[in-house]
Amino acid sequence: MSLLSLRAQLRDGSLTPTGLIDNLAAKIAARDPEVGAYLSYDLETARAEAVTADLSLPLGGIPIAIKDNINVLGQPCTCGSRFLSENYTSPYDATVIRKLRAAGAIPFGRLNMDEFAMGSATENSALQTTRNPRDLTRIPGGSSGGSAASVAAGTAFASLGSDTGGSIRQPASHCGVVGLKPSYGRVSRYGLVAFASSLDQIGPLTHTVEDAALVLQAIAGYDPLDSTSLDLPVPDYTAGLNDGVKGLKLGLPKEYFGDGIDPAVRAKVMASVEKLAAQGAEIVEISLPHTEYAVATYYVIAPAEASSNLSRFDGIRYGHRAANPGDLIDLYRRSREEGFGAEVKRRIILGTYVLSSGYYDAYYTKALKVRTLIRRDFENAFEQVDAILSPVAPAPARKLGEFSDDPLHEYLSDIFTIAANLAGNCAISVPAGTVTSDTGSELPVGLQILGPHLGEAKLLRIARAAEG
Amino acid sequence: MSHAHLDVRYVANLARLELSEGEVSVFQNQLDAILGYVETLSKLDVDGIEPTSYPAPVFDRMRDDVPHESLPLEAVLQNAPVQAQNQIRVPKVIADA
Repeated sequence: MSLLSLRAQLRDGSLTPTGLIDNLAAKIAARDPEVGAYLSYDLETARAEAVTADLSLPLGGIPIAIKDNINVLGQPCTCGSRFLSENYTSPYDATVIRKLRAAGAIPFGRLNMDEFAMGSATENSALQTTRNPRDLTRIPGGSSGGSAASVAAGTAFASLGSDTGGSIRQPASHCGVVGLKPSYGRVSRYGLVAFASSLDQIGPLTHTVEDAALVLQAIAGYDPLDSTSLDLPVPDYTAGLNDGVKGLKLGLPKEYFGDGIDPAVRAKVMASVEKLAAQGAEIVEISLPHTEYAVATYYVIAPAEASSNLSRFDGIRYGHRAANPGDLIDLYRRSREEGFGAEVKRRIILGTYVLSSGYYDAYYTKALKVRTLIRRDFENAFEQVDAILSPVAPAPARKLGEFSDDPLHEYLSDIFTIAANLAGNCAISVPAGTVTSDTGSELPVGLQILGPHLGEAKLLRIARAAEG
Repeated sequence: MSHAHLDVRYVANLARLELSEGEVSVFQNQLDAILGYVETLSKLDVDGIEPTSYPAPVFDRMRDDVPHESLPLEAVLQNAPVQAQNQIRVPKVIADA
Protein backbone atom coordinates (compact mmCIF):
# COMPACT_ATOMS: atom_id res chain seq x y z
CA MET A 1 0.00 0.00 0.00
CA SER A 2 1.36 3.45 -0.90
CA LEU A 3 2.23 5.99 1.78
CA LEU A 4 -0.37 8.42 0.43
CA SER A 5 -3.20 5.88 0.72
CA LEU A 6 -2.02 4.91 4.22
CA ARG A 7 -2.04 8.55 5.18
CA ALA A 8 -5.56 8.98 3.81
CA GLN A 9 -6.80 6.00 5.83
CA LEU A 10 -5.11 7.24 8.99
CA ARG A 11 -6.66 10.66 8.55
CA ASP A 12 -10.20 9.48 7.84
CA GLY A 13 -10.02 7.14 10.84
CA SER A 14 -10.44 3.85 8.96
CA LEU A 15 -6.99 2.96 10.35
CA THR A 16 -5.49 3.94 13.69
CA PRO A 17 -1.73 4.38 14.12
CA THR A 18 -1.55 1.65 16.78
CA GLY A 19 -3.71 -0.62 14.62
CA LEU A 20 -1.32 0.00 11.75
CA ILE A 21 1.66 -1.03 13.88
CA ASP A 22 -0.18 -4.18 14.98
CA ASN A 23 -1.09 -5.06 11.37
CA LEU A 24 2.51 -4.63 10.35
CA ALA A 25 3.76 -6.76 13.25
CA ALA A 26 1.32 -9.51 12.20
CA LYS A 27 2.60 -9.37 8.62
CA ILE A 28 6.20 -9.55 9.83
CA ALA A 29 5.37 -12.52 12.07
CA ALA A 30 3.74 -14.31 9.12
CA ARG A 31 6.22 -13.57 6.34
CA ASP A 32 9.57 -12.59 7.80
CA PRO A 33 10.57 -16.05 9.10
CA GLU A 34 11.10 -17.12 5.46
CA VAL A 35 12.43 -13.79 4.13
CA GLY A 36 14.68 -12.76 7.03
CA ALA A 37 14.69 -9.02 6.35
CA TYR A 38 14.42 -7.93 10.00
CA LEU A 39 17.21 -8.37 12.52
CA SER A 40 15.00 -7.00 15.29
CA TYR A 41 12.04 -4.76 16.00
CA ASP A 42 10.72 -3.02 19.09
CA LEU A 43 6.96 -3.26 19.07
CA GLU A 44 6.45 -1.67 22.46
CA THR A 45 8.29 1.56 21.59
CA ALA A 46 6.56 1.77 18.20
CA ARG A 47 3.12 1.37 19.82
CA ALA A 48 3.94 4.08 22.35
CA GLU A 49 5.03 6.42 19.56
CA ALA A 50 1.90 5.59 17.55
CA VAL A 51 -0.32 6.68 20.44
CA THR A 52 1.05 10.21 20.24
CA ALA A 53 1.44 10.37 16.42
CA ASP A 54 0.50 13.72 14.85
CA LEU A 55 -1.59 12.74 11.84
CA SER A 56 -1.49 16.25 10.39
CA LEU A 57 2.18 15.79 9.47
CA PRO A 58 3.24 14.53 6.00
CA LEU A 59 4.18 11.04 7.27
CA GLY A 60 2.11 11.19 10.47
CA GLY A 61 1.76 7.75 12.10
CA ILE A 62 3.51 5.87 9.28
CA PRO A 63 6.14 3.29 10.32
CA ILE A 64 9.33 3.32 8.25
CA ALA A 65 11.87 0.50 8.56
CA ILE A 66 15.55 1.30 8.96
CA LYS A 67 18.75 -0.32 7.67
CA ASP A 68 20.76 -1.50 10.64
CA ASN A 69 23.59 1.00 10.09
CA ILE A 70 21.51 4.12 10.92
CA ASN A 71 21.35 5.04 14.61
CA VAL A 72 17.94 5.25 16.29
CA LEU A 73 17.98 6.25 19.95
CA GLY A 74 17.63 3.24 22.25
CA GLN A 75 17.69 0.67 19.40
CA PRO A 76 20.44 -1.75 18.31
CA CYS A 77 22.66 -0.79 15.36
CA THR A 78 24.56 -3.94 14.41
CA CYS A 79 25.69 -3.05 10.87
CA GLY A 80 25.22 -6.79 10.22
CA SER A 81 28.40 -7.39 12.22
CA ARG A 82 29.34 -9.51 15.19
CA PHE A 83 31.38 -6.51 16.29
CA LEU A 84 28.25 -4.58 17.24
CA SER A 85 25.69 -7.35 17.74
CA GLU A 86 26.37 -8.15 21.38
CA ASN A 87 26.06 -4.96 23.36
CA TYR A 88 25.56 -1.79 21.36
CA THR A 89 22.56 0.49 21.87
CA SER A 90 22.37 3.76 19.93
CA PRO A 91 22.82 6.74 22.26
CA TYR A 92 21.25 9.21 19.78
CA ASP A 93 19.10 9.61 16.65
CA ALA A 94 20.74 10.03 13.24
CA THR A 95 19.69 13.27 11.53
CA VAL A 96 17.52 11.36 9.01
CA ILE A 97 15.70 9.76 11.96
CA ARG A 98 15.22 13.12 13.67
CA LYS A 99 13.81 14.43 10.37
CA LEU A 100 11.53 11.41 9.87
CA ARG A 101 10.18 11.95 13.38
CA ALA A 102 9.65 15.66 12.63
CA ALA A 103 7.56 14.56 9.61
CA GLY A 104 5.48 12.33 11.92
CA ALA A 105 6.94 8.96 10.89
CA ILE A 106 7.75 6.14 13.33
CA PRO A 107 11.14 4.46 12.80
CA PHE A 108 10.28 0.78 13.19
CA GLY A 109 12.56 -2.24 12.90
CA ARG A 110 16.18 -2.94 12.05
CA LEU A 111 16.91 -4.36 8.60
CA ASN A 112 19.60 -6.86 7.64
CA MET A 113 22.54 -5.81 5.51
CA ASP A 114 25.97 -6.87 4.32
CA GLU A 115 28.43 -6.32 7.16
CA PHE A 116 29.24 -2.59 7.30
CA ALA A 117 27.45 -2.30 3.91
CA MET A 118 30.21 -4.22 2.11
CA GLY A 119 28.62 -6.52 -0.42
CA SER A 120 25.90 -6.85 -3.06
CA ALA A 121 23.96 -9.90 -1.85
CA THR A 122 23.43 -9.42 1.93
CA GLU A 123 25.32 -12.74 2.22
CA ASN A 124 28.09 -10.89 4.05
CA SER A 125 25.78 -10.28 7.01
CA ALA A 126 27.34 -12.07 9.97
CA LEU A 127 23.95 -12.36 11.63
CA GLN A 128 21.28 -13.70 9.29
CA THR A 129 20.40 -14.84 5.75
CA THR A 130 17.94 -12.64 3.86
CA ARG A 131 16.09 -14.18 0.92
CA ASN A 132 14.54 -12.54 -2.11
CA PRO A 133 10.75 -12.46 -1.52
CA ARG A 134 10.15 -13.05 -5.27
CA ASP A 135 12.19 -16.27 -5.21
CA LEU A 136 13.36 -17.55 -1.85
CA THR A 137 16.28 -19.48 -3.38
CA ARG A 138 17.85 -16.21 -4.49
CA ILE A 139 19.68 -13.24 -3.00
CA PRO A 140 17.80 -10.00 -2.33
CA GLY A 141 20.81 -7.99 -3.52
CA GLY A 142 22.77 -5.74 -1.22
CA SER A 143 24.02 -4.20 0.76
CA SER A 144 20.55 -2.85 1.70
CA GLY A 145 19.05 -6.33 1.15
CA GLY A 146 16.76 -6.19 4.18
CA SER A 147 15.53 -2.72 3.16
CA ALA A 148 14.51 -3.98 -0.31
CA ALA A 149 13.21 -7.39 0.79
CA SER A 150 10.98 -5.93 3.52
CA VAL A 151 9.25 -3.54 1.12
CA ALA A 152 8.90 -6.25 -1.55
CA ALA A 153 7.51 -8.75 0.98
CA GLY A 154 4.95 -6.24 2.25
CA THR A 155 6.55 -6.27 5.71
CA ALA A 156 7.49 -2.58 5.43
CA PHE A 157 5.63 0.30 3.77
CA ALA A 158 8.92 2.07 3.07
CA SER A 159 12.46 1.78 4.33
CA LEU A 160 15.74 3.65 4.49
CA GLY A 161 18.92 2.20 3.03
CA SER A 162 22.40 3.49 2.30
CA ASP A 163 24.16 3.50 -1.07
CA THR A 164 27.95 3.61 -1.44
CA GLY A 165 28.26 1.85 -4.81
CA GLY A 166 24.70 0.77 -5.61
CA SER A 167 23.56 -0.59 -2.26
CA ILE A 168 20.07 0.94 -2.54
CA ARG A 169 19.51 0.62 -6.29
CA GLN A 170 20.74 -2.94 -6.89
CA PRO A 171 18.63 -4.63 -4.16
CA ALA A 172 15.67 -2.47 -5.24
CA SER A 173 16.17 -3.81 -8.78
CA HIS A 174 16.48 -7.43 -7.61
CA CYS A 175 13.38 -7.24 -5.39
CA GLY A 176 11.19 -5.16 -7.73
CA VAL A 177 10.82 -1.97 -5.67
CA VAL A 178 11.84 1.67 -6.13
CA GLY A 179 15.24 2.69 -4.71
CA LEU A 180 16.65 6.23 -4.75
CA LYS A 181 20.24 7.31 -4.16
CA PRO A 182 20.14 11.07 -3.62
CA SER A 183 22.95 13.36 -4.79
CA TYR A 184 26.05 13.65 -2.63
CA GLY A 185 25.36 16.33 0.00
CA ARG A 186 21.55 16.25 -0.34
CA VAL A 187 20.91 14.10 2.77
CA SER A 188 22.86 14.27 6.04
CA ARG A 189 24.83 11.17 7.01
CA TYR A 190 25.16 12.17 10.68
CA GLY A 191 24.37 8.96 12.58
CA LEU A 192 24.97 6.67 9.60
CA VAL A 193 27.87 4.34 10.42
CA ALA A 194 30.41 5.48 7.83
CA PHE A 195 31.74 3.09 5.18
CA ALA A 196 33.25 5.37 2.50
CA SER A 197 32.61 8.98 3.37
CA SER A 198 33.05 10.48 -0.10
CA LEU A 199 30.52 8.00 -1.56
CA ASP A 200 27.88 7.19 1.11
CA GLN A 201 24.32 8.53 0.82
CA ILE A 202 21.11 7.58 2.65
CA GLY A 203 17.96 7.13 0.57
CA PRO A 204 14.47 5.57 0.50
CA LEU A 205 13.24 2.20 -0.80
CA THR A 206 9.52 2.29 -1.53
CA HIS A 207 6.63 0.78 -3.50
CA THR A 208 6.18 3.82 -5.74
CA VAL A 209 8.13 6.78 -7.09
CA GLU A 210 5.73 9.15 -5.36
CA ASP A 211 6.52 7.46 -2.02
CA ALA A 212 10.24 7.91 -2.73
CA ALA A 213 9.60 11.61 -3.32
CA LEU A 214 7.68 11.90 -0.02
CA VAL A 215 10.41 10.22 2.02
CA LEU A 216 13.18 12.20 0.29
CA GLN A 217 11.25 15.38 1.07
CA ALA A 218 11.30 14.45 4.75
CA ILE A 219 15.00 13.54 5.01
CA ALA A 220 16.69 16.02 2.62
CA GLY A 221 18.37 19.25 3.63
CA TYR A 222 21.27 20.94 5.31
CA ASP A 223 22.63 19.64 8.60
CA PRO A 224 25.42 21.44 10.45
CA LEU A 225 26.38 18.04 11.92
CA ASP A 226 27.47 16.72 8.47
CA SER A 227 30.05 19.05 6.96
CA THR A 228 29.40 17.58 3.49
CA SER A 229 25.68 18.34 3.55
CA LEU A 230 24.80 21.22 1.25
CA ASP A 231 23.23 24.42 2.58
CA LEU A 232 20.83 24.77 -0.34
CA PRO A 233 17.02 24.97 -0.48
CA VAL A 234 15.14 21.67 -0.92
CA PRO A 235 12.64 21.80 -3.80
CA ASP A 236 9.11 20.35 -3.63
CA TYR A 237 9.70 16.85 -5.00
CA THR A 238 6.04 15.98 -5.53
CA ALA A 239 5.00 19.24 -7.28
CA GLY A 240 6.02 18.34 -10.86
CA LEU A 241 5.96 14.59 -10.46
CA ASN A 242 3.26 14.02 -13.09
CA ASP A 243 4.53 16.52 -15.66
CA GLY A 244 5.70 13.74 -17.96
CA VAL A 245 8.76 13.42 -20.18
CA LYS A 246 7.58 15.15 -23.36
CA GLY A 247 10.47 17.15 -24.80
CA LEU A 248 13.09 15.73 -22.44
CA LYS A 249 16.28 14.28 -23.87
CA LEU A 250 17.34 10.94 -22.40
CA GLY A 251 20.73 9.37 -23.12
CA LEU A 252 21.65 5.72 -23.62
CA PRO A 253 25.36 5.28 -22.85
CA LYS A 254 26.72 2.83 -25.42
CA GLU A 255 29.23 1.50 -22.84
CA TYR A 256 26.32 0.32 -20.61
CA PHE A 257 24.70 -1.89 -23.25
CA GLY A 258 27.71 -4.01 -24.27
CA ASP A 259 28.44 -7.72 -24.05
CA GLY A 260 28.36 -8.21 -20.27
CA ILE A 261 24.61 -7.81 -19.94
CA ASP A 262 21.99 -10.58 -19.86
CA PRO A 263 19.94 -10.28 -23.09
CA ALA A 264 16.67 -10.71 -21.14
CA VAL A 265 17.65 -7.81 -18.86
CA ARG A 266 18.59 -5.67 -21.84
CA ALA A 267 15.20 -6.40 -23.46
CA LYS A 268 13.31 -5.28 -20.34
CA VAL A 269 15.36 -2.11 -20.00
CA MET A 270 14.85 -1.31 -23.69
CA ALA A 271 11.09 -1.85 -23.30
CA SER A 272 11.12 0.84 -20.56
CA VAL A 273 13.14 3.11 -22.84
CA GLU A 274 10.53 2.61 -25.56
CA LYS A 275 7.79 3.46 -23.09
CA LEU A 276 9.46 6.79 -22.29
CA ALA A 277 9.97 7.46 -26.01
CA ALA A 278 6.27 6.78 -26.61
CA GLN A 279 5.47 9.49 -24.04
CA GLY A 280 7.46 12.04 -26.01
CA ALA A 281 11.02 11.75 -24.69
CA GLU A 282 13.80 12.02 -27.23
CA ILE A 283 16.26 9.11 -26.91
CA VAL A 284 19.85 9.72 -27.97
CA GLU A 285 22.99 7.60 -27.80
CA ILE A 286 25.75 9.08 -25.63
CA SER A 287 29.18 7.99 -24.47
CA LEU A 288 30.67 7.72 -20.97
CA PRO A 289 34.16 6.81 -22.21
CA HIS A 290 35.75 6.02 -18.84
CA THR A 291 33.11 3.48 -17.77
CA GLU A 292 35.55 0.56 -18.03
CA TYR A 293 37.68 2.13 -15.27
CA ALA A 294 34.88 2.72 -12.76
CA VAL A 295 35.07 -0.61 -10.90
CA ALA A 296 38.86 -0.43 -10.48
CA THR A 297 38.63 3.19 -9.31
CA TYR A 298 35.89 2.36 -6.83
CA TYR A 299 37.73 -0.65 -5.37
CA VAL A 300 40.69 1.58 -4.55
CA ILE A 301 38.78 4.57 -3.13
CA ALA A 302 36.04 2.74 -1.18
CA PRO A 303 38.38 0.32 0.67
CA ALA A 304 40.83 3.18 1.37
CA GLU A 305 38.11 5.22 3.05
CA ALA A 306 36.71 2.12 4.79
CA SER A 307 40.09 1.20 6.27
CA SER A 308 40.22 4.65 7.83
CA ASN A 309 36.57 4.77 8.96
CA LEU A 310 36.63 1.28 10.46
CA SER A 311 39.70 2.05 12.57
CA ARG A 312 37.18 3.33 15.17
CA PHE A 313 36.18 -0.29 15.82
CA ASP A 314 39.05 -1.00 18.17
CA GLY A 315 37.30 -2.66 21.11
CA ILE A 316 37.75 0.34 23.40
CA ARG A 317 34.65 2.56 23.37
CA TYR A 318 31.93 0.27 22.01
CA GLY A 319 31.35 -3.11 20.48
CA HIS A 320 33.33 -6.30 20.82
CA ARG A 321 36.37 -6.48 23.10
CA ALA A 322 38.56 -9.61 23.08
CA ALA A 323 38.93 -11.36 26.43
CA ASN A 324 42.18 -11.28 28.43
CA PRO A 325 44.25 -8.99 26.18
CA GLY A 326 48.03 -9.11 26.69
CA ASP A 327 48.39 -5.42 26.00
CA LEU A 328 46.64 -2.61 24.12
CA ILE A 329 47.87 -3.65 20.65
CA ASP A 330 46.81 -7.24 21.31
CA LEU A 331 43.38 -5.95 22.36
CA TYR A 332 42.99 -4.05 19.05
CA ARG A 333 44.22 -6.95 16.92
CA ARG A 334 42.15 -9.69 18.48
CA SER A 335 38.98 -7.61 18.96
CA ARG A 336 39.04 -6.84 15.24
CA GLU A 337 39.93 -10.41 14.24
CA GLU A 338 37.03 -11.79 16.29
CA GLY A 339 34.52 -9.06 15.44
CA PHE A 340 34.92 -8.62 11.66
CA GLY A 341 33.93 -11.02 8.87
CA ALA A 342 36.01 -11.95 5.81
CA GLU A 343 34.83 -9.26 3.38
CA VAL A 344 35.41 -6.49 5.91
CA LYS A 345 38.91 -7.78 6.63
CA ARG A 346 39.69 -8.05 2.90
CA ARG A 347 38.68 -4.46 2.31
CA ILE A 348 40.53 -3.15 5.36
CA ILE A 349 43.72 -4.86 4.11
CA LEU A 350 43.20 -3.63 0.55
CA GLY A 351 42.47 -0.09 1.76
CA THR A 352 45.40 -0.03 4.16
CA TYR A 353 47.67 -1.25 1.35
CA VAL A 354 46.66 1.41 -1.21
CA LEU A 355 47.18 4.11 1.45
CA SER A 356 50.51 2.74 2.66
CA SER A 357 53.85 4.43 2.12
CA GLY A 358 55.19 3.77 -1.38
CA TYR A 359 51.80 2.83 -2.85
CA TYR A 360 49.66 5.87 -1.99
CA ASP A 361 50.35 7.77 -5.23
CA ALA A 362 50.37 4.71 -7.46
CA TYR A 363 46.96 3.54 -6.29
CA TYR A 364 45.03 6.11 -4.26
CA THR A 365 46.05 9.37 -5.96
CA LYS A 366 45.77 7.70 -9.35
CA ALA A 367 42.23 6.53 -8.57
CA LEU A 368 41.25 10.04 -7.42
CA LYS A 369 42.44 11.40 -10.77
CA VAL A 370 40.53 8.78 -12.75
CA ARG A 371 37.54 9.74 -10.61
CA THR A 372 37.85 13.25 -12.06
CA LEU A 373 37.67 11.78 -15.59
CA ILE A 374 34.57 9.76 -14.66
CA ARG A 375 32.95 12.87 -13.14
CA ARG A 376 33.72 14.84 -16.32
CA ASP A 377 32.12 12.10 -18.45
CA PHE A 378 28.87 12.79 -16.62
CA GLU A 379 29.25 16.58 -16.77
CA ASN A 380 29.68 16.33 -20.53
CA ALA A 381 26.76 13.94 -20.86
CA PHE A 382 24.41 16.17 -18.85
CA GLU A 383 25.19 19.06 -21.19
CA GLN A 384 23.54 16.98 -23.92
CA VAL A 385 20.75 15.15 -22.07
CA ASP A 386 18.39 15.61 -19.10
CA ALA A 387 19.01 12.12 -17.74
CA ILE A 388 20.72 8.83 -18.57
CA LEU A 389 18.98 5.43 -18.82
CA SER A 390 20.69 2.12 -18.14
CA PRO A 391 20.32 -1.27 -16.50
CA VAL A 392 20.89 -1.39 -12.71
CA ALA A 393 22.58 -4.79 -12.70
CA PRO A 394 23.85 -6.94 -15.59
CA ALA A 395 21.66 -9.90 -14.54
CA PRO A 396 18.68 -10.65 -12.27
CA ALA A 397 19.19 -11.87 -8.69
CA ARG A 398 21.49 -14.89 -8.58
CA LYS A 399 21.05 -17.97 -6.40
CA LEU A 400 22.16 -17.82 -2.77
CA GLY A 401 25.66 -19.22 -2.20
CA GLU A 402 27.17 -18.76 -5.67
CA PHE A 403 30.54 -16.98 -6.05
CA SER A 404 31.13 -16.69 -2.31
CA ASP A 405 34.85 -17.40 -2.81
CA ASP A 406 35.31 -15.01 -5.73
CA PRO A 407 34.99 -11.41 -4.50
CA LEU A 408 36.29 -9.93 -7.77
CA HIS A 409 33.43 -11.55 -9.70
CA GLU A 410 30.94 -9.87 -7.34
CA TYR A 411 32.72 -6.51 -7.60
CA LEU A 412 32.43 -6.55 -11.40
CA SER A 413 28.63 -6.78 -11.19
CA ASP A 414 28.59 -3.27 -9.66
CA ILE A 415 29.63 -1.75 -12.99
CA PHE A 416 26.42 0.19 -13.73
CA THR A 417 25.83 1.65 -10.27
CA ILE A 418 29.18 2.76 -8.86
CA ALA A 419 29.86 5.62 -11.28
CA ALA A 420 26.97 7.63 -9.80
CA ASN A 421 28.65 7.47 -6.37
CA LEU A 422 32.06 8.38 -7.78
CA ALA A 423 30.53 11.38 -9.58
CA GLY A 424 28.07 12.32 -6.79
CA ASN A 425 25.01 12.22 -9.06
CA CYS A 426 21.49 11.20 -8.09
CA ALA A 427 20.16 7.91 -9.44
CA ILE A 428 17.09 5.74 -9.05
CA SER A 429 16.06 2.15 -9.76
CA VAL A 430 12.50 1.69 -11.02
CA PRO A 431 10.84 -1.71 -11.66
CA ALA A 432 10.95 -2.59 -15.37
CA GLY A 433 9.11 -5.91 -15.33
CA THR A 434 10.35 -9.42 -14.72
CA VAL A 435 12.24 -12.17 -16.51
CA THR A 436 11.47 -15.87 -16.06
CA SER A 437 14.19 -17.91 -14.32
CA ASP A 438 15.16 -21.49 -15.21
CA THR A 439 13.01 -22.67 -12.31
CA GLY A 440 9.99 -20.69 -13.49
CA SER A 441 10.11 -17.87 -10.95
CA GLU A 442 9.62 -14.27 -12.09
CA LEU A 443 12.71 -12.20 -11.30
CA PRO A 444 12.42 -8.40 -11.23
CA VAL A 445 14.60 -6.18 -13.41
CA GLY A 446 15.24 -2.52 -12.67
CA LEU A 447 15.68 0.46 -14.96
CA GLN A 448 18.32 2.88 -13.69
CA ILE A 449 17.81 6.58 -14.32
CA LEU A 450 20.81 8.79 -13.59
CA GLY A 451 20.44 12.53 -13.12
CA PRO A 452 22.86 15.40 -12.59
CA HIS A 453 23.93 16.55 -9.13
CA LEU A 454 20.87 17.86 -7.23
CA GLY A 455 18.63 16.89 -10.16
CA GLU A 456 16.23 14.81 -8.01
CA ALA A 457 13.04 16.65 -9.02
CA LYS A 458 13.44 15.90 -12.72
CA LEU A 459 14.81 12.41 -11.97
CA LEU A 460 11.67 11.55 -9.99
CA ARG A 461 9.45 12.96 -12.74
CA ILE A 462 11.12 10.70 -15.33
CA ALA A 463 10.94 7.74 -12.94
CA ARG A 464 7.22 8.40 -12.42
CA ALA A 465 6.69 8.25 -16.20
CA ALA A 466 8.70 5.01 -16.43
CA GLU A 467 6.93 3.14 -13.63
CA GLY A 468 3.26 3.46 -14.71
CA MET B 1 51.94 0.18 -10.45
CA SER B 2 53.21 -3.23 -9.43
CA HIS B 3 51.54 -5.07 -6.58
CA ALA B 4 54.31 -7.62 -6.19
CA HIS B 5 54.86 -6.47 -2.62
CA LEU B 6 51.40 -6.97 -1.10
CA ASP B 7 52.37 -8.90 2.01
CA VAL B 8 49.03 -9.68 3.65
CA ARG B 9 50.49 -10.31 7.09
CA TYR B 10 52.51 -7.08 7.06
CA VAL B 11 49.57 -4.94 5.89
CA ALA B 12 47.18 -6.62 8.35
CA ASN B 13 49.58 -5.64 11.12
CA LEU B 14 49.48 -2.00 9.95
CA ALA B 15 45.67 -2.26 10.20
CA ARG B 16 45.89 -3.83 13.70
CA LEU B 17 44.19 -6.97 12.46
CA GLU B 18 45.14 -10.44 13.69
CA LEU B 19 44.67 -13.08 10.98
CA SER B 20 44.69 -16.87 11.03
CA GLU B 21 47.03 -18.83 8.72
CA GLY B 22 44.01 -19.85 6.65
CA GLU B 23 42.87 -16.26 6.22
CA VAL B 24 46.35 -15.13 5.15
CA SER B 25 46.51 -17.60 2.25
CA VAL B 26 42.91 -17.10 1.10
CA PHE B 27 43.21 -13.30 1.24
CA GLN B 28 46.59 -13.40 -0.54
CA ASN B 29 45.06 -15.06 -3.62
CA GLN B 30 41.89 -12.95 -3.61
CA LEU B 31 43.74 -9.66 -3.13
CA ASP B 32 46.28 -10.53 -5.83
CA ALA B 33 43.37 -11.03 -8.25
CA ILE B 34 41.73 -7.74 -7.20
CA LEU B 35 44.98 -5.76 -7.48
CA GLY B 36 45.64 -7.38 -10.85
CA TYR B 37 42.29 -6.01 -11.98
CA VAL B 38 43.06 -2.56 -10.53
CA GLU B 39 46.12 -2.51 -12.83
CA THR B 40 43.73 -1.58 -15.67
CA LEU B 41 44.02 1.99 -14.33
CA SER B 42 47.66 2.06 -15.47
CA LYS B 43 46.43 2.19 -19.09
CA LEU B 44 45.24 5.76 -18.47
CA ASP B 45 47.47 8.81 -18.62
CA VAL B 46 46.34 11.11 -15.81
CA ASP B 47 49.19 13.63 -15.93
CA GLY B 48 47.86 17.09 -15.15
CA ILE B 49 44.43 15.81 -14.01
CA GLU B 50 43.27 17.17 -10.64
CA PRO B 51 42.26 14.49 -8.11
CA THR B 52 38.62 14.39 -6.93
CA SER B 53 38.40 13.73 -3.20
CA TYR B 54 34.76 14.74 -2.80
CA PRO B 55 32.23 14.83 -5.63
CA ALA B 56 30.42 17.97 -4.43
CA PRO B 57 32.12 21.32 -3.91
CA VAL B 58 32.40 21.31 -0.12
CA PHE B 59 35.72 22.51 1.23
CA ASP B 60 36.46 22.36 4.95
CA ARG B 61 33.50 24.45 5.92
CA MET B 62 33.67 25.60 9.55
CA ARG B 63 30.55 25.92 11.65
CA ASP B 64 30.04 28.75 14.08
CA ASP B 65 31.58 28.05 17.47
CA VAL B 66 28.33 27.96 19.42
CA PRO B 67 28.14 25.82 22.57
CA HIS B 68 25.40 23.21 22.48
CA GLU B 69 24.32 20.34 24.64
CA SER B 70 26.43 17.21 24.29
CA LEU B 71 25.61 13.59 25.08
CA PRO B 72 25.20 12.94 28.80
CA LEU B 73 27.99 10.93 30.41
CA GLU B 74 25.82 7.81 30.83
CA ALA B 75 25.04 7.83 27.10
CA VAL B 76 28.70 8.15 26.20
CA LEU B 77 29.68 5.28 28.51
CA GLN B 78 26.69 2.98 27.95
CA ASN B 79 28.40 0.98 25.18
CA ALA B 80 31.90 0.80 26.66
CA PRO B 81 32.88 -2.87 27.16
CA VAL B 82 34.72 -2.16 30.42
CA GLN B 83 34.38 0.95 32.55
CA ALA B 84 35.14 2.21 36.02
CA GLN B 85 34.83 5.55 37.82
CA ASN B 86 33.00 7.15 34.87
CA GLN B 87 35.85 6.30 32.53
CA ILE B 88 36.56 3.64 29.93
CA ARG B 89 39.02 1.07 31.20
CA VAL B 90 41.84 -0.20 28.94
CA PRO B 91 44.87 -2.45 29.51
CA LYS B 92 47.90 -0.78 31.02
CA VAL B 93 49.71 1.31 28.40
CA ILE B 94 52.78 2.30 30.45
CA ALA B 95 55.41 -0.32 31.20
CA ASP B 96 56.45 -1.00 34.79
CA ALA B 97 59.47 1.03 35.88
